[in-house]
Amino acid sequence: MSNSDQQLEDILQQDYQHGFVSDVESETIPKGLNEDVVRLISAKKNEPEFLLEWRLKAFRHWLTMTEPNWANVYHPPIDYQDISYYSAPKDKKDGPKSLDEVDPELLATYEKLGIPLKEQEMLAGVAVDAVFDSVSVATTFKDKLAEQGIIFCSFSEAVQEHPELIEQYLGSVVPYTDNFFAALNSAVFSDGSFCYIPKGVRCPMELSTYFRINAASTGQFERTLVVAEPGSYVSYLEGCTAPMRDENQLHAAVVELIALEDAHIKYSTVQNWYPGDKDGKGGIYNFVTKRGDCRGNNSKISWTQVETGSAITWKYPSVILRGDNSVGEFYSVALTNNRQQADTGTKMYHIGKNTRSTIIAKGISAGYSQNSYRGLVKVAKSAEHARNFTQCDSLLMGDKCGAHTFPYIENKNASAQVEHEATTSKISDDQLFYLQQRGIATEDAVSMIVNGFCKQVLKELPMEFAVEAQKLLGISLEGSVG
Amino acid sequence: MLNVKNLHAKVEDKHILKGIELNVKPGEVHAIMGPNGSGKSTFANVLAGRDSYTVTEGLIEFEGQDMTERAPEERARDGVFLAFQYPVEIPGVNNIYLLKAALNAKRKQQGLPEVDAFDFLQLVKGKMQELKMDETMLYRDVNTGFSGGEKKRNEMLQMAILEPKLAILDETDSGLDIDALKIVSEGINALRSSERAIVLVTHYQRLLDYVKPDVVHVLSNGKIIKSGGSELAQQLEQSGYSWITDEVA
Repeated sequence: MSNSDQQLEDILQQDYQHGFVSDVESETIPKGLNEDVVRLISAKKNEPEFLLEWRLKAFRHWLTMTEPNWANVYHPPIDYQDISYYSAPKDKKDGPKSLDEVDPELLATYEKLGIPLKEQEMLAGVAVDAVFDSVSVATTFKDKLAEQGIIFCSFSEAVQEHPELIEQYLGSVVPYTDNFFAALNSAVFSDGSFCYIPKGVRCPMELSTYFRINAASTGQFERTLVVAEPGSYVSYLEGCTAPMRDENQLHAAVVELIALEDAHIKYSTVQNWYPGDKDGKGGIYNFVTKRGDCRGNNSKISWTQVETGSAITWKYPSVILRGDNSVGEFYSVALTNNRQQADTGTKMYHIGKNTRSTIIAKGISAGYSQNSYRGLVKVAKSAEHARNFTQCDSLLMGDKCGAHTFPYIENKNASAQVEHEATTSKISDDQLFYLQQRGIATEDAVSMIVNGFCKQVLKELPMEFAVEAQKLLGISLEGSVG
Repeated sequence: MLNVKNLHAKVEDKHILKGIELNVKPGEVHAIMGPNGSGKSTFANVLAGRDSYTVTEGLIEFEGQDMTERAPEERARDGVFLAFQYPVEIPGVNNIYLLKAALNAKRKQQGLPEVDAFDFLQLVKGKMQELKMDETMLYRDVNTGFSGGEKKRNEMLQMAILEPKLAILDETDSGLDIDALKIVSEGINALRSSERAIVLVTHYQRLLDYVKPDVVHVLSNGKIIKSGGSELAQQLEQSGYSWITDEVA
């Protein structure tokens, strides 16, 4: 190993900075999964009959399925009976009415993560639906949004107050039969976020949800549903960090987006769950199903993700381009280090005429990690003049990691245009030395190079989120001059 | 300012520098000349502290301090600047961003606050005019897609902004047409001062027509085999390197 590889190694070995456990009493049901558990979850949340039925159907279907094994990731078998499927922070009565009533422990946890809710409420103009473990503890700016008819609340609340919307849209993009983890989520999901933008409304602020896993051995099964009525626009942010843990924690979230005619949904994620220690011990298994449906003509869905955490990431935010002239975008940075494994990418289904999709995926691999891009571009017979552009770039640090690209193209329409570009490069000694010679410390030099490599994706993030993302990549902010 | 004593260095297992002696005082311009493969670029890189080169014997003193073991970024902040023979492309990183980060790294070392954004822009724009550089280059990615001449001018810009105490220019004249050579030379001459030392590493004499050195050294097979005034460079230009290498042999 050369000196600069060694330096890289040292930087990469820095400890996970968000590793701490907060001391909130959790109400956790015993481990194991059967119909009674599904009924219990539903009952605890006082759900309407249709939802319980849906959960049970999902559970029964899940029993017939097996875990997918096609991804380029390896882990010991998961014992689904050794997981507790519900955990909620204990509240005194019916939940807090304002931030003042929220458990100070919880608020302190957010402070440590650099998410001061109060400050956000006052300064940033960001409405936060914070998810701690499985129950939402604070929702801000709700009134302001309500003036415009926007609904932004926890999933449980939506079930109580807008059951007709839930019944209409839940599972309409990702049916419970979709895949093993989506079926599991459908059966046992605990909470999540719901967002509804009425016709013609442009949501005046970025809607933001912070997820956090806290109780040991508690699976996290979030459910997010975003519905954008015709002509509306919303930018939705999702960010996560988690405390340090020894045992693997399973996370199987489902996100469904629905864009009707002329609607535009922008969905951004920064994912920084505990990746495990340097030997690969611990860390989150992040098996997520995310899909958007461009249901109306001229609609648009953009996914932007910065994935730096989790022991294993299995995630393919996709877009179904059903409406004519609809647009799907996927911008991704996936960084893996130590023993992390990521198998991530996207699927673009072109169905409508003149549909367009853009895929920009940047993979950074370090340590002994494995980083795979897996993408499918499918053009149906009906998709006259569909266009896709895909660019996959991999950056390798050191010589023990792996970068892989699995692009799949299925084109059934001769008028369609599908382009794919891919590059693989190593962070070079020349680049490092050049920056060092300009007085930049090695660590900052690496950050700068990585930041530059990811720029195309980072610039797609909303400003305040880009800062978070750059921090996560260990990068100082670029371009404050000029 | 710079005092090199019996410097031996190797890259991988190949010994390239075999006992260099060099003493450069503030205000002086020294030219290091020599045939291809004589160790000129290695010497420049070793002075800057490049990792892939190992000093096996001897030492490098800078302002009276032994800096043989200092990290490249520390040397840079202390005031050692290397203008690269092949400036490196860094995609996605703004030129102005790097300039500012480099200047602030040095200022931090000196206990100064970060440079004010407005002042900085004025400073950079002024220097760019002197180097006849287009301002749009500030917002392009570092050296990415630059022509050979643009890259070299960009090195001069960085040097002008960082105001090093010791500037080492590695084959800065290579790949330049005559107009660019004049501009770059003016840039170097503008930096000449009684407090600054400049080491020009060059294969050809033509740069020395514009930047007149105080001392010329001839490097061959890892050693300085002859030193003299600027007339030595002219002699080399007329007769080639062989008359010296033969003479010494």
